[in-house]
Amino acid sequence: MKAFRLFAFLIAAWPVFAHAALNVFACEPEWGALATELGGDAVKVYTATTAFQDPHHIEARPSLIAQMRRADLAVCTGAELEIGWLPVLLRQAGNAAIQPGQPGYLEAAQQVALLEKPAVLDRAQGDIHAAGNPHIQTDPRNIARVAQALGARLAEIDPGHAAAYRARLADFNTRWNAAMARWQARAAPLRGMPVAVQHEGFPYLENWLGLKQVAVLEPKPGVAPSVGHLAEIAAHLKTAPAKAVIRAAYQDPRPSEWLAAHAGIPAVVMPFTVGGSERAKDLFGLFDDSVDQLLKVAR
Amino acid sequence: MLRPALLAAALAVASPAHADDADLAALRAEVKAMKADYETRIQALEARLAKAEASAATQPPSPPQDTASAAPSNPGAFNPEISVILQGGYAHLKDIPERRITGFLPNGRPPGSTRGFSADDSELVLASNVDPYFRGYFNATLNDGTVGVEEAWFQTLALGRGLTLKGGRFRSGIGYQNEQHPHAWDFATNNLMYEALFGEGYGNDGLQLRWVAPTDLFTELGAEIGRGANFPGTDRNTNGVGSYALYGHVGGDVGDSHSWRGGVSYLSTRAEARSGTLADFAGTDVNAAFTGDSTTWLADFVWKWAPRGNSTIHNFKFAAEAFRREESGSLDCTGGMCGARLGAYRATQYGGYAQGVYQFMPRWRAGYRYDLLDPGSRDYGVNDAYLPRPGYKPSRHSLMVDYSPSEFSRWRLQYTKDRASQGQDENQWYVQYIFSLGTHGAHSF
Repeated sequence: MKAFRLFAFLIAAWPVFAHAALNVFACEPEWGALATELGGDAVKVYTATTAFQDPHHIEARPSLIAQMRRADLAVCTGAELEIGWLPVLLRQAGNAAIQPGQPGYLEAAQQVALLEKPAVLDRAQGDIHAAGNPHIQTDPRNIARVAQALGARLAEIDPGHAAAYRARLADFNTRWNAAMARWQARAAPLRGMPVAVQHEGFPYLENWLGLKQVAVLEPKPGVAPSVGHLAEIAAHLKTAPAKAVIRAAYQDPRPSEWLAAHAGIPAVVMPFTVGGSERAKDLFGLFDDSVDQLLKVAR
Repeated sequence: MLRPALLAAALAVASPAHADDADLAALRAEVKAMKADYETRIQALEARLAKAEASAATQPPSPPQDTASAAPSNPGAFNPEISVILQGGYAHLKDIPERRITGFLPNGRPPGSTRGFSADDSELVLASNVDPYFRGYFNATLNDGTVGVEEAWFQTLALGRGLTLKGGRFRSGIGYQNEQHPHAWDFATNNLMYEALFGEGYGNDGLQLRWVAPTDLFTELGAEIGRGANFPGTDRNTNGVGSYALYGHVGGDVGDSHSWRGGVSYLSTRAEARSGTLADFAGTDVNAAFTGDSTTWLADFVWKWAPRGNSTIHNFKFAAEAFRREESGSLDCTGGMCGARLGAYRATQYGGYAQGVYQFMPRWRAGYRYDLLDPGSRDYGVNDAYLPRPGYKPSRHSLMVDYSPSEFSRWRLQYTKDRASQGQDENQWYVQYIFSLGTHGAHSF
């Protein structure tokens, strides 16, 4: 009975804070940045991961459960990218509003057409995603599509600020379309540029800019390459040369540095998401920097 | 559509062989006029299309048809998530018929591993959302001739306000390692603390209510009631509540690289004629049956480190737990020097473990664990005259290295210096494999 009283006291004594702003739980930095663009002061955004963390492998940490508990809206990539940790957060948070199927749960990957849907589902193929490649944020046209859905969803679950969300979305669309025109014009020399990638993380970027992927360092998605495998790729690049080997900021630098040294091509670290480089402070900076990083090696 | 019709009309008109020249000229003129008319119309349409395309480019694109949602209805798509854990290996151990932890009342299950090769316990797990309100989970261990239902529970999805209700047979939320199944352990063998307290881990048939506080600091409180049939309690064939447990955990992050969780738990249950084997002063085995109350306090702490929160290359995990168990009631000692004598029993015992596991390169981890138990104070009443109360402190050192080719497979080599039993100083070697097949979901912190 003593123990019961102790627990009752703890429950009563714990400070419970009330927040007026809409709490948004963003699984990845790009969706956190987008929620900030579209929500402004009306939302309080918590971003669960950083650009230096591998979104496939995140611990279902207590701090994430605590944030998910208070979220009014969860924005995640989906397409099984977060399958190793998001289900635990959703089940342990005890929050009915952000369960899949509720208005408070938004999957970005559902808003766009996914590339690289595997024909055969077999773990022998490595860490593949049944729904397709989930790294959709490297194409700004996908960001634009997700923005429409997110703007509409914010207005739906927070009708008091609906007019403000719609105005911010319209403003974002104008700025984003102008920026896309600018990036596309600047990136014209990148069309047809051959690149090697460390992880199959860039099909959407390649599709947008017309890059030609000639090699992947990982023998299977999610499987780190051995030196022998890298040597084979270096040999392969002799016949099909690449301008650069690119990787995301969170990835182990060693495989691409090794290849860069042995194949005599530059290794490029792409920000991959918001926060991945000094310039990638927001979504606009992300693509400014991504295009510039590639232009540097295009010449 | 238009052009074939036009041609057909022209042919139909032109086919009569005896049409005169004037008619033909008139027809040709008419066809020419029609052709010109259609061409201007097509040009107008093309201009409109180009205009529409241009305006569409400046408009935000509309979401494309999601091909995934258009998948044909497949009855198999509603099958539960199925996974199988294959676990087994090789153990090099001394031939000890009945392993005991000196100074602790045994839990009635034969502890210890099989010598040589064995395919341990394979687990079958089925899980699925039942409907928008509940999730179901089933976990069975399969062995030769036996199937054990480890867990079979439902859990609410949509209770909200931080509340989750779980019911059925489940692993209690007390402590840290308790909810983990053997395949999720960081070592090939259980720690001495859980072996002495519960055998493997404390499971119960009952209800669990969890509440997560709406605070930045992770705070969860849990309360459980249940049948209380498992060690340290016994099945007592009664109505009502046979055991209850309370626990609280707090946790959070320190910067990007560190995260932690700590907690306190309390378990109260009752045993009736819980039998086990002890040795008397003459070294003869006697049967000792305990009847009374058993209360356990547990404290747990876990700390994880990964540079900038990226655990793929290097990471470190530290976990420690400690307990205090108090049992009071009577002990019925039969056989050996006791004869048949009912005496009092009162014991307050302690113990714990601490372990560290470091991933020193991708896929490779090394770990060390230290286990220590303190038999504490024991009072056997009249049986004090027949039963020894050694002050021996059982301990164990374990070292392991494991290699995980992928997140679904793991190989492990472990060396253990086992001093659980007084007078035995055993070197144990284990080689273990753990494979998970199918949709093996996420693991908790």
